[in-house]
Amino acid sequence: MATQHSRSAARMMMAPAVVLLLGWMLVPLCMTLYFSFKKYLPLRGGDLGWVGFDNYVRFVSSSSFWPSVYATLIIVGGVLAITVVLGVLLAILLDQPMWGQGIVRMLVIAPFFVMPTVSSLVWKNMFMDPNYGLLAYLWRFFGAEPVQWMSQASLPSIVMIVSWQWLPFATLILLTAIQSLDSEQLEASEMDGAPVISRFWHIILPHLSRAITVVILIQTIFLLSIFAEIFVTTGGAFGTKTLSYLIFQRVLESQNVGLGSAGGVYAIILANIVAIFLMRIVGKNLDN
Amino acid sequence: MTFKSVIGAATALTLVAGSAALAETITIATVNNGDMIRMQGYTDDFTAKTGHTVEWVTLEENVLRQRVTTDISTKGGAFDIMTIGMYETPIWGGNGWLVALDDLSADYDAGDILPAMAGGLSHDGTLYAAPFYGESSMVMYRTDLMEKAGLEMPAAPSWSFIAKAAREMTDRDAGINGICLRGKAGWGEGGAFITAMSNSFGARWFDEDWNAQFDTREWSDTLNFFVNMMSDSGPAGYATNGFNENLSLFQQGKCGMWIDATVAASFVTNPKDSTVADSVGFALAPDNGMGVRSNWLWAWALAIPAGTQNVAAAKQFIEWATSKDYIELVAANEGWANVPPGARTSLYENANYKDVPFAQMTLDSILSADPNNSTVDPSPYVGVQFAAIPEFAGIATEVSQEFSAVYAGQQSVEDALKKAQALTNDAMEAAGYR
Amino acid sequence: MARAVTPRRRLINTILAWSIGLLIFFPILWTILTSFKPEGQAIADPPLFLFFDWTLENYAIVQERSNYARYLTNSIIISVGSTLLGILVAVPAAWSMAFVPSKRTKNILMWMLSTKMLPAVGVLYPIYILFIKMSLLDSRLGLVIVIMLINLPIIIWMLYTYFKEIPAPILEAARMDGASLRNEILYVLTPMAIPGIASTILLNIILAWNEAFWTLNLTAAKAGPLTAFIASYSSPEGLFFAKLSAASTMAIAPILILGWFSQKQLVRGLTFGAVK
Repeated sequence: MATQHSRSAARMMMAPAVVLLLGWMLVPLCMTLYFSFKKYLPLRGGDLGWVGFDNYVRFVSSSSFWPSVYATLIIVGGVLAITVVLGVLLAILLDQPMWGQGIVRMLVIAPFFVMPTVSSLVWKNMFMDPNYGLLAYLWRFFGAEPVQWMSQASLPSIVMIVSWQWLPFATLILLTAIQSLDSEQLEASEMDGAPVISRFWHIILPHLSRAITVVILIQTIFLLSIFAEIFVTTGGAFGTKTLSYLIFQRVLESQNVGLGSAGGVYAIILANIVAIFLMRIVGKNLDN
Repeated sequence: MTFKSVIGAATALTLVAGSAALAETITIATVNNGDMIRMQGYTDDFTAKTGHTVEWVTLEENVLRQRVTTDISTKGGAFDIMTIGMYETPIWGGNGWLVALDDLSADYDAGDILPAMAGGLSHDGTLYAAPFYGESSMVMYRTDLMEKAGLEMPAAPSWSFIAKAAREMTDRDAGINGICLRGKAGWGEGGAFITAMSNSFGARWFDEDWNAQFDTREWSDTLNFFVNMMSDSGPAGYATNGFNENLSLFQQGKCGMWIDATVAASFVTNPKDSTVADSVGFALAPDNGMGVRSNWLWAWALAIPAGTQNVAAAKQFIEWATSKDYIELVAANEGWANVPPGARTSLYENANYKDVPFAQMTLDSILSADPNNSTVDPSPYVGVQFAAIPEFAGIATEVSQEFSAVYAGQQSVEDALKKAQALTNDAMEAAGYR
Repeated sequence: MARAVTPRRRLINTILAWSIGLLIFFPILWTILTSFKPEGQAIADPPLFLFFDWTLENYAIVQERSNYARYLTNSIIISVGSTLLGILVAVPAAWSMAFVPSKRTKNILMWMLSTKMLPAVGVLYPIYILFIKMSLLDSRLGLVIVIMLINLPIIIWMLYTYFKEIPAPILEAARMDGASLRNEILYVLTPMAIPGIASTILLNIILAWNEAFWTLNLTAAKAGPLTAFIASYSSPEGLFFAKLSAASTMAIAPILILGWFSQKQLVRGLTFGAVK
């Protein structure tokens, strides 16, 4: 059906989106590149001249750089692992016959509608506060010393908060996928007396692989740039500075736009590595 | 009446006359502290007097800083008035980003602003921001617990006395911690406290050639003393406690002593919020016998970014909000204990205000802080709990994050100081000091 | 779909699913409950679940302090506006990618998604300066554009996967009948794609509603949406749990209700091509 006519029409129709995104990408990208080679300190009068690769060297040689890469990977990896595993289990559960399925589904998807700032504030203050938080009461009730969530378990806390936000998304996509699974196929295997575990491994999981890929792809995109959750809870203390938070610190707290821009370029490179990586697996999984 | 003040009064008159014809809307960015929220409530009074209306942008402190700094350094012009502190004012004023407040009306009586505040909010002798309220820090303690421990708080205690008293007052079974102090990361939170404290231990941020000083014995003494005292008598998890957390701990009767902002005095003595309102005493912030006390100096002030279209209306607002009349207005409605403190000399001469229990100690604390001479050894910077250079906020936030990791038991004092030394020198090098 | 199971199994499922559902929902429930407590009782030990002095004073205080209606209006305009604008740009693009695919289609899609991975804060200064130059600072229009650009890749991606599921022969049949390209999109494709478009719209309204970096940093008094409203209630002096809860409830209630009412539509298209 791809006639010459429709091809050029197609190109025309793609043009606005491509041009807009290209602009949205290129303008900031060029400006970031430009600033990254400059000594640019807004509080000291702005542009103080070219400095070559100084900013790039300084950004990676800072003692905060590798810990920030590590924190980024832990948060992204941790949240992905939790949401995918719990998402699969929850999706299977919600697919079972039960009373009030609709209401349960509403309860489960609710966290997705809560803005990150609000959920971080609520978790930090009303649940994880070591004095007045609900979790502290719970711990004390069982005679345990309340956990200092934001200092002693800072990364796990943030992973937990973010996972709570994204679990509904994963669950929904996985649930839709499960529901499309041929129930006769499942019932047949049930009849055969195939044990639950093997049914899970050999029928359900392969069927879900495509959905899991999508969940990983979409979530990674959002998780790489999480910011509010860290800003509100720890402010980057206790090893929770991710790469994008480190850039924030360089640009806004230290008011060193050049240095932060160099960090931005590194983050773009990291994002592209992830994108290529994802493209490989997703491309394979989404073809056909 | 001097010639200058006649001119001033005349200008003010024309301003008022002009404004009646031209009602403007001004946009004000401010912090969500109690006094500012109260000020928002009185906006109608300003509108009634001048005809101008006000749009408020009230933000949490960290968001506010980020927001106004971006706007002023790009000359964005999103705000007509910004609420800033003693740290930002001299830097921004020096950059020519703020409208000089050197032509305020005679009625306003700029000479009445406490000299320490006016000094901290000026650059080269020109006032760039008018203090809405000012603060120092002091010891707030529970008189009942002090008595129970058989101790008496001197008016000007030493750190060794504080540490001893803290140990004596601590009763973990009853949920009472001898002392509550800020450990939260952030240059305006735990960073401010430890810096002010380090001054009294003879430490400083930089030597006269802008070399970081965290490798000195003074800093290691400061940090070790703090950590030991807090692990003996501080609340669990103090590494994440800032002003708010400590305020509610103290109000709930869980602290024997609390060394923090003088403005907290009105909160802890307010029976509506505080369970210990009738048994709070005050003392100067401790020292270590080296001639410098550990109290800081801060003001939340109103400034006008250069380039705004509404300079006249903005000035009128500043004159209204930081005036003697505003203080009277609040006093009439909510009592003298709730007026914005620490900005004006006349407030401390007011007979009504003298009855407020913490008034004298607040004034004494403010008067004993000197931003130009805050350290034992000479230092190249201005500021007590900060150094008024653009790089400080970023550096001090990172340094205080390293310190907070010590408080949380995640690294040793030595490691933290080593990292602080390295990252400070690195950032100073990036900024071109070294 | 509904498989026959024993009542006992059904009961176990029900109990298990309800407990997990309530557990996940609990933080929101607790926030709503706390918003009706007096400040003092919000931190009571032991925590009070239902038997406290129910009050509306927190809402009254929040309402008195901030102009909720304006923040709400801004949130609605920005999220709906950016989504609709995004749909307008995305439908043709997604159509051509789905029905006239070339070798580069997948790469273009991935590239579009990768633009979402740039750390926003790195370009705050450039964008801020751009906004000043174009007089878009603190304007709803500016935010509509930025939020639209941020979410455009997701919109295109969702529409693309949805369009791809529409069988091509139907479109070809329409073309045989002499339908123009415009009519083909308007009368053949669109009706079939309505569920997908609807869920795309819903998802993007949610994402736009919750965007908190640009909406906070590019606004002052006029265009600030509910994310800016919340920023004035986080960690003020003194006790604040109840007031924070009231403000939080006000900020999330509209979108939560919208989400719940439209969950069927939302779920139907929220597959990103995951279902084959």
